[in-house]
Formats: sequence, C-alpha cells, structure tokens
Amino acid sequence: MDYAATGQEALSRIAGAHDLDTLESLRIEFLGKQGSISGLLKTLGKLDPEERKIEGPKIQGLRESVTEALAGRKDALETAALDARLAAETIDLSLPAPALPRGAVHPISQVMDELAEVFADLGFAVATGPEIEDDWHNFTALNMPESHPARAMHDTFYFPDKNDAGREMLLRTHTSPVQIRSMIETAKANPGGAPLRIVAPGRVYRSDSDATHTPMFHQIEGLVIDKGIHLGHLKWTLEAFLKAFFERDDIVLRLRPSYFPFTEPSIEVDVGYSSTGGRRVVGGSGDAPGHAWMEVLGSGMVNRHVIAAGNFDPDEWQGFAFGIGVDRLAMLKYGMDDLRAFFDGDVRWLSHYGFSALDVPTLSGGVGTPV
Amino acid sequence: MKFSLSWLKQYLDTDASIEQIAATLNAIGLEVEGIEDPAEKLEGFRVARVLTAARHPDADKLQVLSVDTGDGAPLQVVCGAPNARAGMIGVLGLPGAVVPANGMVLKKSAIRGVESNGMMCSTRELELGEDHDGIIELPEDAPIGTPFAQYHGADPVIDVAITPNRPDCMGLYGIARDLAAAGIGTLNPLPVEDMPGTFPCLVDVRTEDAEGCPAFYGRVIKGVKNGPSPQWLQDALKSAGQRPISALVDATNFIMLAFGRPAHAYDLAKLSGAVVARRAVEGETVVALNEKTYILDAEMTVIADDAGAHDIAGIMGGQHSGCGDDTADILLEIAYFDPTRIAKTGRKLNLTSDARGRFERGIDPQFLDTGMALLTGLIVKLCGGEVSEVVRAGAAPGTPKIVHFEPSLVEKLGGVTVNPGEQKRILESLGFSVVEGEGWAVTVPGWRPDVDGAPDIVEEIVRIHGLDKVESVPLPRAEGVALPTATPAQTLERRVRRAAAARGLQEAVTWSFLPEAPAQTFAEGELWVLANPISEDMKAMRPSLLPGLLMAARRNLDRGASALRLFEIGRRYLRGAGGASDERLALGLVLAGEKTPRGWATGKAAPFDAYDAKAEVVALLAEAGAPVDKLQVMGEAGPQFHPGQSATLRLGPKNVLARFGMLHPRIAKQFDIDGPVALAEIYLDAIPGRKGAAAFARTSYAPPALQAVTRDYAFLVPASLPAADLVRVVQGADKANIVAARLFDDFRGQGVPEGQKSLALEVTLQPLEKSYKDDDLKAISDKVTAAAAKLGAVLRG
Repeated sequence: MDYAATGQEALSRIAGAHDLDTLESLRIEFLGKQGSISGLLKTLGKLDPEERKIEGPKIQGLRESVTEALAGRKDALETAALDARLAAETIDLSLPAPALPRGAVHPISQVMDELAEVFADLGFAVATGPEIEDDWHNFTALNMPESHPARAMHDTFYFPDKNDAGREMLLRTHTSPVQIRSMIETAKANPGGAPLRIVAPGRVYRSDSDATHTPMFHQIEGLVIDKGIHLGHLKWTLEAFLKAFFERDDIVLRLRPSYFPFTEPSIEVDVGYSSTGGRRVVGGSGDAPGHAWMEVLGSGMVNRHVIAAGNFDPDEWQGFAFGIGVDRLAMLKYGMDDLRAFFDGDVRWLSHYGFSALDVPTLSGGVGTPV
Repeated sequence: MKFSLSWLKQYLDTDASIEQIAATLNAIGLEVEGIEDPAEKLEGFRVARVLTAARHPDADKLQVLSVDTGDGAPLQVVCGAPNARAGMIGVLGLPGAVVPANGMVLKKSAIRGVESNGMMCSTRELELGEDHDGIIELPEDAPIGTPFAQYHGADPVIDVAITPNRPDCMGLYGIARDLAAAGIGTLNPLPVEDMPGTFPCLVDVRTEDAEGCPAFYGRVIKGVKNGPSPQWLQDALKSAGQRPISALVDATNFIMLAFGRPAHAYDLAKLSGAVVARRAVEGETVVALNEKTYILDAEMTVIADDAGAHDIAGIMGGQHSGCGDDTADILLEIAYFDPTRIAKTGRKLNLTSDARGRFERGIDPQFLDTGMALLTGLIVKLCGGEVSEVVRAGAAPGTPKIVHFEPSLVEKLGGVTVNPGEQKRILESLGFSVVEGEGWAVTVPGWRPDVDGAPDIVEEIVRIHGLDKVESVPLPRAEGVALPTATPAQTLERRVRRAAAARGLQEAVTWSFLPEAPAQTFAEGELWVLANPISEDMKAMRPSLLPGLLMAARRNLDRGASALRLFEIGRRYLRGAGGASDERLALGLVLAGEKTPRGWATGKAAPFDAYDAKAEVVALLAEAGAPVDKLQVMGEAGPQFHPGQSATLRLGPKNVLARFGMLHPRIAKQFDIDGPVALAEIYLDAIPGRKGAAAFARTSYAPPALQAVTRDYAFLVPASLPAADLVRVVQGADKANIVAARLFDDFRGQGVPEGQKSLALEVTLQPLEKSYKDDDLKAISDKVTAAAAKLGAVLRG
C-alpha cells in the first residue's frame, strides 16, 4: 500500500495549524488511540509476516514523520507565542532606575585615616586626650608657666570654671597636652619612662577667625621618646611622613630655628613647593627656580621640663615632638581652598570633596585617593 | 621689629648684601617677614633741572616749566610751587610714576589748557619729610637724569619677627650681635660715652616696691632744648614704624629700639617731691600717654610723686608729666621691672606697648648703667644740658647664670658634629663666656633670660652653625610583630564612619561650639559655656551632635537641597568628675527632606519616617559589633523627640546605645525647619568592646544538612503591646527548634476587635538530626501559642 498521500495530507494540515489547540486535535486525529495512523498500526497484526515486513516500516515511517512534524510545529508555535508575549512586555529602559543615595567620608576624616596609616608604618600608635583641658596640661606642664608671654600668643578660649585641683579650664590650643598625658600614663607602668612613639590627632581651638583661620581646626601631634633620639631622627621622620603622605619622593624640607616653650631646640619646618594654576604643589627645593618655601609645621627636641612633667627622667630619656595642621594638609593634597567650607556641612561641597566609603587608605593600595 | 639697613650698619660692620642678610636672619631663627625697598616706591622719579619757567597763560599761581630729564628734549611741566624757578634742580615724577604719599598715578595731561608731562615733587609727596611749602631743591652737583632713588640713597627696611624668647633682639644691637656670630660682619662696640654728673640729682628717687621694681635709676638733665629731632634719628624711627615726636621723646624711643632698653623722660617742672616706684592704691587712676584713663589695683606698680601716680610702671608713661616743646629740665628713668608683674598688669589693663613687650620678656638687668649712659649721651648731643649724678635706688636682680655643658651634647641632641673650638667661638661671639674643663662652665649673658640649661646652649650652637647641616637619620624600626596602632575605640569609629558612608549618609564636620539656646535644648545637665567666646553663635560646647547637624540641615534646606542624609562622628562634651570634662564619642544623624523624590514609578515624594532612622541605627550598631538581637526598644528618647515616634535601644535596662525617632515639631520650629525630620544618635562609647584581642578563630559551624521549614501564626493581641515583645517570646518558645521569628503583618480593622490588633509571624524551624513529623510540629506550635498566651495573645482561628 502507498501511504504517501496520507502522509502528505497529514503534514500539510500540521503545517497549517495556527494554534496549539488545533495542533492537539490533529495529534488526536492522527496519533490518538482512535487516530488514523494508530488505526493503520493496528492493521499490521492482521497481515501475514511477509506483508508485515513490507508494510510495517512504511507505517512506522509515517508515524515518525507525523510525530516529528507535530513536535516541530508545537515548538514553532510556542516560540512565536513567547516572542509575542515578550514583545508586549517591552519597557523603556531609558527611564531612571531607583537611585541609591551616595554617601561620603569628610576630607578631614579621610586625611586623619591616611595619617594614621602612614604613621602606623613608622611605628607610631594613635593617642588621644580631652579637648576641654586644664591649664596645667595645656600650658604649665609644657613649660609655659602662668604669665609666660607665649600663653598670650595662643588666643585661648577659657571657661569660667576651675577643676577640683584649682586649675583653670580651657579649650586646648594644641594637641601637645596629649604628650604630657601619654608620658604620665606610660610612666605609671614604667617608672622613670619608656620608649614612646605616638601621634595624637584631634580638634584644637584658638580664638581667631578670618579668611585663613577658623576658631576650631585639626592638628596631629607626634612624639618620639627614646634614648639617643636627636634632630637627625626628627628630620628623617618628617621627610618620611611627608613623602608617604604626598606620595612623592622629591619632598625637600628646610629647617629653621624657632621658639616653642615645650621644645629645645625648636625648629620650624618649611617645605618646598611650586605653583601651577594658582595651586601649590608640594615638591622640589624651595630654592629651585619657580619654587618657594612654605611653613608647614613646628617641631623640636622635647624640653627637659616637659619630659620631667611627664614623669620621665630627663637625664635618661630624650626625644622629639612635632605638630602639624591637618586641615591644611588636606587642602594642600586635595586642592580645597576655603577652610571655612570644611565646617559648613554643605552637601554639595561634601559630595564634591568627600570620599567613597571604600576609599580606605592602605599602604598596599596607596594612602591617597587619586582623582 | 623693623629697621633700616643703614641703621643696622651703625652696629654691624659688613659688606653683605640685603639678600645675604635676610637669608642669614632666617637661618638663625630671626624670621624675615618682609623687606621694604623704598627704591620701588621712588620708581619713575628723576633728578631734573628746570631750564625755563614762565607764567601759565590762564592761571596766576601756576608756572609752565621746561625741564631737562637728561635724555634729550626737555619736557613741559606745569607746576604750582612758589619756589619753582629756572636753573634749580628738583625731582620730576614722570608719567606712570605713583606718588608715594597719595597713590596718585601721574599721567600726561592738560592743566588749564597747557600740556604737562609729569610733576615736580615736594618732600611730603615723596614721603621723605613733612615739607610741602615747595618742591624739593637739590644741590647744584646733583646729576641730572639719575633715578632719584639712587641719588637719595634708598635704604631698605627689614621686618623681622622676634620670638618671645629673644628680648635681646627687640633691640637692633642684639640682631647685629646674632648676625656677627653667624659670620655676617663684625659687631661694633656700644657707642657709650662717659657722662659724669656735675651736680647731685635734684630729685629723691626711691623704690618702695622691691618686688615689682627692684631697681630704679634716675638722673636729672638741666637746661635742655627740646625740638624736632635730627633727620637721621627721624629716619631711624620711621624705619621702625614709629612717628617722630620731639628730640627728648625720640631719644628714649631710639634707645629702646636700638638696645632693647625702655626708658622714660619726665618734665621736671611737672613733678613735685620724691619720685617713687610703689604699688598703686586700689582704684587709683592714671591718664596714660595714649590719652586713656586706666583704673589700677594694688597688684600694679606705678611711678608716683607727691601729687600722685604718673606712670603705669614699665608699660606706659603718664600724659601729665611727659616732655613737651617747652621742657627745660628733665628726670630720666631707667628701671628694672619684674616681668611677671608687667605681664599681669598689661593683661589686666588690656594695654600693650613697646615697653611692656620688652619688660615682660625680660630685659638685661645688667644694662641699667650702660643704658643710662647711652640715653644721657644721646640727649645731651641732641638737646644740650647739664647732667646730674645718677641716683640708684635698689638693685637689679640676679647673679649671672652659669650652665654646665658638655660639648658632646651637640651631637647627642642636635645630631650634628661641631668641633669644640667652633662651639666655643659661637658661644663667645653671642656674648657667652666659656670656662673649659671636665665639662664646660658657660656663663649666660644678662640679655639672654631664655637660656637656662644645656639644651639651650645646644640650640645656640646648632642654629648659628646651621640647621641645614643636620643630616636625616632613619628612626630605628620597632622590633617584633607589628601591633595595631589604633585603639579599639578608634578602629570602631573608622568602621562605623565608613559603614555610614556606604549606606548613603554624608559625613559633616560641624563646630564643637553652639549658640547657647540650641545647646540648652539638648543639654543633659550643666553645659560647658565659654567665658570668652568668639561670638554668641559659638558659645557653648555641644552636649549632643544633633543640634549642629540640624543647623547644617537648615542651611542646606535654605540653599534648596531636597534630601539630606547627614551624619557626624565626634565628641559631645559633658561635665565629668572632679570638674574635668567628660567627652564621649557619638554618631549623630539627621534625615530631612525627601526620602524618595517624586518619580515615574513611585509617584509622590515620600518623607523620612522614624523607621528610616531605626534602620540606620540598627545597621550601624550591627557594623559596630553591638549584639543587635539582644537590644530592647524602650522609651525615653528625650524631649527633643516626637513623644509617640521615638525610642531608645538598650542593652539591658540601663545601657542606652542609641536613641532615634522623629524630631519634636516644636524643636523643628526652634531650628527653623519645616517638614518632618528623622534623627538618631548612637553612643559609640556605650557599645561593649570586642573580647580577646588578636583571637581570630570563630566558633565552629557547619550548615545543617536538613532543610528548614517555616510556619505562619497570627495572634490577636492588645493594641498597646509592642510587636517586638511578641516576636521575642515566640522566638524563645522553643530554642532547640526555632531559629528565627519574623513579623510580617500588623493589622487592625475588620475582623479584629476594638482595642486589639492582629500580628502575623513567620517562624523558621530548623530540624537537626531528622525531619519533623506531624507530632513534632504540633508540639512546637503548642509551645509557640503557650508562650504567646503569656502576653495575652490569642491564636487566630
């Protein structure tokens, strides 16, 4: 028998099915229990073996091609249906996505973290002390007894209060009282003294307010006490710190004699810089063409009276101290030019100059955050 | 301290250039603040001869001059000076030159119709003197065409900042001494002349305040003739920024500026009886030279006669007894006043003066007689007169200080090697005397009160030798394992800061001070209030970080910001034990404006609510390592908060870790803020620290093999029951099986009786050894309902 015509007709009807329901009814019509091709298969049993050998493959072939055509058509119809659905689901992706707010770390905090990282590498621990101090820690212990003329130069904020020891209370004018507190604390466990390397960052206050001074600003104090520490170590430490902080090898310092009651000898430190586009760029010797010197910090060998006030033995221990303005370091490094804006909290300024939470200063990744 | 180069050269014999001198001053610790070169001011002024002078056609008082400036064609200049005449030599300002006295820029112009190519100048116009009666007349030999600055001999003025330890350099001679020691020239000896008196001092001079005025020397000069001082003296004073007054006054000022030795001259005619240094009587008044009246107290020293107090001793002379043009006889005062007394008096009276600046830093107690001789010599030279003997009341304090010094200390402390011979040379050139021996005995000169120990001697040697010779020496690295160099509190602060920034909060740094009113609003107990605030806005130390942030929020809102998420980490200032301060680290945060802006998907803009503040607080506390599951939500956030929408988070009943909620509308009004504000404060110091530093291993854990199952429960509870209480008891109902309980619905309304609410919880159960059977689940559910029932909760059917 020839099933070609039957096959042709079935395949053509399958190809013409336009939905899955029609296709299913065709499957039942051809391959269902009562289906026409199923019926043909049932006739095989009635044929004699010789005939079955001939007819069998033909009917099986017919069944397979119809099954295949049904599956193919089903797949095509499903794909078309999915495509149609997806097309209907098209959205305008140029619409804005819900925005997560962007936070920021203040430049002061960022630079404080950078400094802590740089000094940690040099073996300095971070120390703190109160900002509302007594005049003994802020002045007397730092070799500025009452009526010392240098006290008047500090533009001190006073409180009307005295503490129980009868000491006048004031806002610390520098981070130097932390030197005294750290030494006294160290001497409790180590009578007479012990090696000490600390940096003390924090807020300090002077009754001074103009374009370049704010009554509150930030300082970082450094103190190294040991045996045989001298001016050469101070110079190296300041160079190492400024090189690491500015990430430049060409930092050149100029040391000038100066006067601070708490150091002897006292040294004022200038750093060489050049100017581009109205901005100061630290680096190079201040004596080089196009360069100049800029005063950046005060320092010196700790005065014997100060070491003694910290309950260290000044015959055994000596060392150096320095203090530097953090706000100014931040401005120099990151190019802000208005100190007052630091303390205003203007969110536009914070967005512009602030740092990402993930800009954690590390030695391996570089302490600074490039533009 | 300002002085002209020529004045310096009176004491220092040197050929060094001004640049060399300035560089050396900087290198030895006398910081040059500026150099004024008068040649710059006189740029464009030239020596010129008037060739012809003719009357101006349209003005009686003007002349039209033809002036030879030395280069070719004469210039036509209109001039109004009466002394302008043909043949004279004067000074012509060319177009472009700036007249020093008034800043006027000269230009070519027409004066009453006649062209004028510059201006013939008077002494006053060039700031060379007061004369303005006519134009400058120069001698016949003045070279025509020479820049006038060059002809006049421009004398640069150096301005040096003197640190408070160097009273000796508040006299120019001291600066010259330092320069000579540093190799810039040779120091000339003091110009002291012997001035023996020819008659006894007519005035009884005494000190009755040996503490405030240990020494008071006096001398009378009879028959002086006061008047303007000579040009050289006026020039010197002007270079120092002082106004010449009269020869007598100028002479005392000159001695002070040149040698650091304040002195005073009284008009003898205005004194009556003995002149005495004594304590002021409480309430006594003095009219000082600045014409102000000062009320004194008994802690202050005055110079008085029988009539009353004349001088605030060592600070300012009195108006009444000062010298004037008609002064004929004078009494000179050279005294030594106690530095502390002067400093205290000056501070109390809020009166600064050149004399005070020197006395309070400490002048040379061994310089009284020399000072008197220098002053007498100068006055007699300027004003003539007959000199009395010197009366010396009291004695200046102190034997010279002798410091024990080891030359090896220079290397040990200064890190630089200077051979002992050079060390000795430096010290001696600075006026120290050295006796060598086992260690050196170094005698400190009287003008160096700052030097009292061996390190001071090191400083002297190193600064003169040159700090630039100090080489960098690496700090030895600390041995052993590097330990954290930040304290746990510092690490916590950094972590929380970055967590907050990562959550979209912007860090502000605000002032530690506040105006008193907002500080009071947030005060816990007594505030720290400054005695001398810089302004009323910066008066009280903040007791909380919130007011400063609210003020910053207000500023931002005023500038048109729509959404604010501000935080700050810093100290709040409380009163501590013993009158000390108690400074506590806190995080404040303020959420104001729009939480979400109006949007295509979200519709209208939404404000922040108390849950936003809670979300931040809980997240940040978790980052800070606080046990957030154990925290209890309790009340008492404080009167600054909305009473129904605020809470505290506590660890145990007493330890408040944070407070959060909505700002009380009344407080918002006080801060001028419209609209709801959510805010919170986290007390970072209250968070318990991590235990066991450097213990890194965690407790062991393996995820359970069996799958967790969830069950939902809905309870009817009293409307006032905090949901967290129900969650807590349900979670604790069967600790072996319940690993989490989460509230997912809070419903009031249809089907829920009045005064009650329905709370729905999803409970997560974690089987450990084998899967749950129905009986197990029933047993757990029974425990859940029983635990809830203790709070009055009834399982909904």
